[in-house]
Amino acid sequence: MSDRTISADALSIDAERVTTEIIDSLRSIVGGVLRRRGGVVGLSGGIDSSVTAALCARAFGPQRTLALLMPEEDSDDETLALSRSVADAFGIEAVVENITPILEASRCYERRDDAVRSVVPAFGEAWRFKIVLPSVVGTDSYRLFSLVAESPDGEKVESRLPAAQYLEIVAATNFKQRTRKMLEYFHADRLNYAVAGTPNRLEYDQGFFVKGGDGLADVKPIAHLYKTQVFQLAEYLGVPARVRERPPTTDTYSLPQTQEEFYFSLPHQQMDLCLYAHNQGLPPAAVADAVGLSADDVARVYADIDQKRRTTRYLHLGAQLIEPVSEVAG
Amino acid sequence: MEPKIREFLAANFFLGDDPEAIQGSSSLIEAGIIDSTGVLELVGFLEETYEIRIEDDELVPENLDSIDNIVRFVERKRGTVAQS
Repeated sequence: MSDRTISADALSIDAERVTTEIIDSLRSIVGGVLRRRGGVVGLSGGIDSSVTAALCARAFGPQRTLALLMPEEDSDDETLALSRSVADAFGIEAVVENITPILEASRCYERRDDAVRSVVPAFGEAWRFKIVLPSVVGTDSYRLFSLVAESPDGEKVESRLPAAQYLEIVAATNFKQRTRKMLEYFHADRLNYAVAGTPNRLEYDQGFFVKGGDGLADVKPIAHLYKTQVFQLAEYLGVPARVRERPPTTDTYSLPQTQEEFYFSLPHQQMDLCLYAHNQGLPPAAVADAVGLSADDVARVYADIDQKRRTTRYLHLGAQLIEPVSEVAG
Repeated sequence: MEPKIREFLAANFFLGDDPEAIQGSSSLIEAGIIDSTGVLELVGFLEETYEIRIEDDELVPENLDSIDNIVRFVERKRGTVAQS
């Protein structure tokens, strides 16, 4: 067994060097491989899309980078202003596409609310909800999704979600990510640009994206970077402080929801270190001190990482063919 | 009970494989047969079919991660219900 241990600063990067590498790659991928002449980025007011936009602006020039701001009914009030501040900071044109009418027309909200109501019958107008997962720390229990609904007068109801309702709610909500991607491709087609996807390594590795939604892109400039490293790039690139200080959120459900409530086992700083140590083939004890957990809990996080990889493998796969069509390269 | 549980797993997760091929003691999660959504479905199936309520603290591998464990757990739950 290795006696190497991981320290909290294991993921420090030389932000200037990493930026140069990404910009060089972006230019050769978008110009050479994809034969497009710029980039479209959907801005969410979060750190990942902000860094992606900044990198595109540096690689292609601000005049060949388009930011899309695509709020909907459940978006946080701050999202639009934060996204605008990012576009302004990098001199990028920002187009606002309010996607609520498209989501209403596809009955995204109605389908979702019907599924919620079948679990919480009182759920109605002005109620808010989110889906949560219990912590992986301290227990070997299976983590089953629960629905947390809040009435207009603040009363909270929590109920375990049956599989059919869970899948229905997620399927309906996925209209949001897919609608945004449809609009990104509209603008990319119109301008002959590439669509830049915004996942960081944690999201990409663990399948935290919607197939055909935020998982779809022509190039993913930061998919190899841990979230901690994306924060380092953000500071170097000059992403506005308010964006860097905002806790990572899904901004998908009507009640505020952190990413670790819905998906990851731990806050991203700890999750990054566990993923890195696991990728290095290090035992749980090697990272336990750095993340402030017992080796048993780190082992649970490792198991959760492996399980998510298995569960979400299909999200990474393109359409499978019955026989190869060798004349066309994948 | 075991044939019915195997039938449920075969219908929902094996997708054409032989349900008899899985060992009673094999971990369903580690074998990749069920995932987190699969656990939700399994819990719903057991609650409905055997008219039991599975509490949060019972959602552990010792109760649900193999066919043998599931059978033992459901028999225990139903025994508890019958005696109460």
